[in-house]
Amino acid sequence: MLKMQALSKIYRTHQIETHALREFSLEVKEGEFIAVTGPSGSGKTTFLNVAGLLEEFEKGSYFLDGQDVRNLNDNQRSRLRNEKIGFIFQSFNLIPDLSLFDNVDLPLRYRRMGSAERQKRITEALSRVGLGSRTQHYPSELSGGQQQRAAIARALAGSPRFLLADEPTGNLDSQMARGVMELLEEINAAGTTIIMVTHDPDLARRAQRNVHVLDGQVSEQLKFVEAA
Amino acid sequence: MFAYQLKMAWLNFKRAPALTALMVLAIGLGVGASMTSLQVFRAMSGNPISWKSDRLFYVQIDEWGPGAGGGGQEREPQEQVSYSNAQMVMNAKLGKRQVAMYQVAFAVKTDDDAFKPITASGRATYADFFAMFDVPFAYGAGWNAAADEGRKQVVVLSDKANEKMFAGADSVGKTVYLDQKAFRVIGVLKPWRPRPRFYDMTNANFGDAEQLYLPYTWAIDNQIGTNGNNNCNADPGEGYPAYLVSTCIWQQVWVELDSPAEQARYLDFLNNHSLEQKKSGKIDFEPNNRLYNVEQRMEKVGVVPRDVKVSAILSLGFLLVCLINTAGLMLAKALSRSSEIGLKRALGASRTMLFRQGLMDATLVASVGALIGGVLTWAGLLAMRRLGDADVQAVAQLDPVALLLVLLLALLATLLAALYPTWRASLIAPAAQLKSN
Repeated sequence: MLKMQALSKIYRTHQIETHALREFSLEVKEGEFIAVTGPSGSGKTTFLNVAGLLEEFEKGSYFLDGQDVRNLNDNQRSRLRNEKIGFIFQSFNLIPDLSLFDNVDLPLRYRRMGSAERQKRITEALSRVGLGSRTQHYPSELSGGQQQRAAIARALAGSPRFLLADEPTGNLDSQMARGVMELLEEINAAGTTIIMVTHDPDLARRAQRNVHVLDGQVSEQLKFVEAA
Repeated sequence: MFAYQLKMAWLNFKRAPALTALMVLAIGLGVGASMTSLQVFRAMSGNPISWKSDRLFYVQIDEWGPGAGGGGQEREPQEQVSYSNAQMVMNAKLGKRQVAMYQVAFAVKTDDDAFKPITASGRATYADFFAMFDVPFAYGAGWNAAADEGRKQVVVLSDKANEKMFAGADSVGKTVYLDQKAFRVIGVLKPWRPRPRFYDMTNANFGDAEQLYLPYTWAIDNQIGTNGNNNCNADPGEGYPAYLVSTCIWQQVWVELDSPAEQARYLDFLNNHSLEQKKSGKIDFEPNNRLYNVEQRMEKVGVVPRDVKVSAILSLGFLLVCLINTAGLMLAKALSRSSEIGLKRALGASRTMLFRQGLMDATLVASVGALIGGVLTWAGLLAMRRLGDADVQAVAQLDPVALLLVLLLALLATLLAALYPTWRASLIAPAAQLKSN
């Protein structure tokens, strides 16, 4: 489903070259829930950005859902990202002056989906995360946990094959974090592949597999649960 | 999608209101200042008969010789012609159409005793005047060549004169009295205000067209003097008949010529006439005659004053400064939204989509800027009408075309200013922004 082989990503400034990923190889199967851990600066977020087609890479290969993404142009990458990938961010990244409905609507608009279909998907996605009655609320009217749920609804509305989550509970207290984690597990149980970057070992243990990244490489993989 | 983009543009418009206000103000000020000057320039430099201006020729015949004007080969002949030369042109009938004419003025009254007599400006001319200059009629028509021959007492009224005398009704067949002589109204014009008043640019280039038109032949027979420009290089002597045979110049002559060959032939005709004049001892200099089409004539007259041209150029410079400011403000606003743009990229918006949205944002700014620019243009033109000279006062008006130009200029200027910031915003790397928020 996701296959990276000997992938390299280098950040360059005038004076410095930083090898964020080096010979990075990883394969993720459909329906897996993977936790990516590692110290700060190890390359976790870079991996997530490359996986989510937000950044390009220098060397190696990357197949997403069987498609070689290396030579795609911006429009093709954007379309692929829109149709197959959902993002969840640590700081939620909801647009403050849009209602929850309009926030969730964003990726569907970019897909040029019809009005009725969008309406149905938005309502379903917000209901699924327990915010069905708050469609016209603004992010500032919600708690942190609710905002993250809204962000998850936005990621789910387009029915992506992948959810890429970058520290999804990093800004939440433990109770809210637990709730979000349960929601992610529920989503995974319904068949969506999830790759989650986290610093929290307890959360990492709840994933089926833990990929530890060090110096831009996969240093260790621990399997906790067999994917369904 | 358009409605959605507009909604997003509106949301963006409301964000960072101080920056937005500065942008709108910069566009409004730039457009207002430049449109005020450009509108005056446009009105003055416009060709009021562009569709046939290259076929209408103003005849200039040198009647006074080298002593009369500047020196050298480039010496221009006098701007008007004498009665004798006007008649020479009219009798030759070499053009498709030709008119001689001059300004007149009359005390005018009607049969209505309630109508108080007025002094009206007029033009004594030939039947061809109306067809030659495509003068539009609301009622009736102009007179014909037979009326010229017969010195008929017929008159064509302007729309304004007809409004004053007959409350705008169809007055064809009614009688008006010009200096107490009865004239039958045979035509009423639609509003016709060519600017500049190309057919007579000897003074008040941007003045209104005349209020009434009557046969030249009748005016000459009745010894009606000119109310326009008159210059003599020698004492014409006593009385109207002496004036007619003098070299005083006071008439304008136009011919309509369809092709360059006809123009060349016509100039030959004028030059041959001058040669004959020289042979007969009436003049003692080489022929020096001109045929200028409408645009050439406007150029020669210098219909657009130099200060109006300078002002138009300066105002464009000011607009450019405003645009650069606007571009800077737009860039600042776009970069302050980097994380949002990064998010949209992550959610699947392509660079093209973001670029289009950016242009929609700019269009909204332009629209509000145009509104302010329109108000400022109106205020600027109002000030020019109060403070400018007579010509500027006559043209400093906000017409529908000017309003459309305000809108177009605001839109074009803003989109131009928005190109770089929008392009830069669409290049924002999403990954760099998402973590930082």
